Amino acid sequence: MTVALDIRDRITSFFKEVGDLSFFAGRFFKEFFKPPFEFNELLRQCYSVGNRSMTLVGITGFIIGLVLTLQTRPTMIEFGAVSWMPDMVGISIVREVGPVVIALICAGRIASGMGAELGSMRVTEQIDAMEVSGTNPFNYLVVTRITATTLMVPLLVLFGDILALYGSSLVEYFKGDVSFQLYFNEVFNSLEYGDLIPATIKSFFFGFAIGLVGCYKGYFCKKGTVGVGKAANTAVVMASMLIFILDFIAVFISDIFYEL
Amino acid sequence: MKEANDIATVMTKPQGEEIMIDIKDLRKSFGDNHVLRGFNMTLFKGENLVIMGKSGSGKSVMIKCLIGLMAPDSGSINVMGKDVTRLDQDSLDELRTDVGFLFQGSALYDSMTVRENLEFPLRRHKKRFEGNLNAEKRVMEALGNVGLAHAVDLMPSELSGGMKRRVALARTLIMQPKIILYDEPTSGLDPITSKEIIELMRNIQRKYETSSLIITHDVDCARVISERMILLVDGINYAEGTFNELAKAKDQQIQAFFK
Repeated sequence: MTVALDIRDRITSFFKEVGDLSFFAGRFFKEFFKPPFEFNELLRQCYSVGNRSMTLVGITGFIIGLVLTLQTRPTMIEFGAVSWMPDMVGISIVREVGPVVIALICAGRIASGMGAELGSMRVTEQIDAMEVSGTNPFNYLVVTRITATTLMVPLLVLFGDILALYGSSLVEYFKGDVSFQLYFNEVFNSLEYGDLIPATIKSFFFGFAIGLVGCYKGYFCKKGTVGVGKAANTAVVMASMLIFILDFIAVFISDIFYEL
Repeated sequence: MKEANDIATVMTKPQGEEIMIDIKDLRKSFGDNHVLRGFNMTLFKGENLVIMGKSGSGKSVMIKCLIGLMAPDSGSINVMGKDVTRLDQDSLDELRTDVGFLFQGSALYDSMTVRENLEFPLRRHKKRFEGNLNAEKRVMEALGNVGLAHAVDLMPSELSGGMKRRVALARTLIMQPKIILYDEPTSGLDPITSKEIIELMRNIQRKYETSSLIITHDVDCARVISERMILLVDGINYAEGTFNELAKAKDQQIQAFFK
């Protein structure tokens, strides 16, 4: 009986969370078009989200390219398909591995940061202080952050993809005597709009999801330092889950349009 | 438990004054915990009204309902003739520019300098000043009022507790509010800094003729600043009067506040 009640409570709270998150997203779109527009704060957030994540994303992307090529190369040689390495690595990085892995890295860094920052602002009554001075904290804190992640995550994905391909080309250069020019020619010849467009579009959605979840968890953080930690932690878990769900939907829709 | 209409009251109420805040039969519960059980209050123009109560007596809930941070279960809250419970968000935001709020923990924006903390509400309410914003002058004047003009470029983390409270007061003042709500203005401060804050509150009230609602535990603060007091017990106004009237009352519950 207790187990059944526990399951019922979990299901109820899951749907409540989904409903609250949807309402929060709806409020974002409503407030997005409402002045005042905080361009300076938006630029500051873009810098914080974009510039400060570049090193992490760059290193991760580079290592993904290296590892993917090193791991796949022996199998490709076995099948006599080593000349297809640039095509295989290029398509898999641009279409799937790059956007998803880099979005997950961003979820870890950005969503948790936003959850903790807004959470601590909530706990120390800074958000209440904005509210009681009639300054609409949602517009200032949430709209700018979600917009910044929506714009910056696709750029980070692009940056990570380039470094991943560079990492892969290094392996091919040293192990297969393939020049950088030939490698990148092969990569670009193999890529089609059907690879680039869905990957770019889904990166925007990943960015939106990361900002949305990070802000949502922080904005409604419960009182106390435990609440701040929990907000940061659950923001990462929820954003990561949302990235996989969005990825599945994106692949499903791309399949209809581009017959992957 | 006593009910709202069964209270030990020592009434002294200014007559014929303009009413700034009028709360009637305010009730708020959290599950089975009935925090406010029919609270009534009137704040007159230019008055310093102190509300004292033990922890958990409903003071903070009352002040949050008053400023629209929390919705009451029932009752009416009129601030300058407008029913807070029925205002839409834009009207509520407009009303809030006339009501300053000093938070217990100061609530300074820790990612902004002192200057940016003060400029923030000004920037967001440019229209209110009709092209006559002059933010720099207003910031320096507000900081000058609290004796912290030299701290304008410091970050909140570089300020002491007393300085933070004074900067928060300056931020409250910068919008030239008609009413200031103080939530435990002296809590967590040493006696000397507390006296400085109380003196500052009095000076501000004299200079800007604001009406003040002060929530406090601090008997010294209440003695110095109050013109009228309400004792809040178990979510109702248990007693009301001047500091001296209440301090002399025989009721044990009232006496407990002054020991």
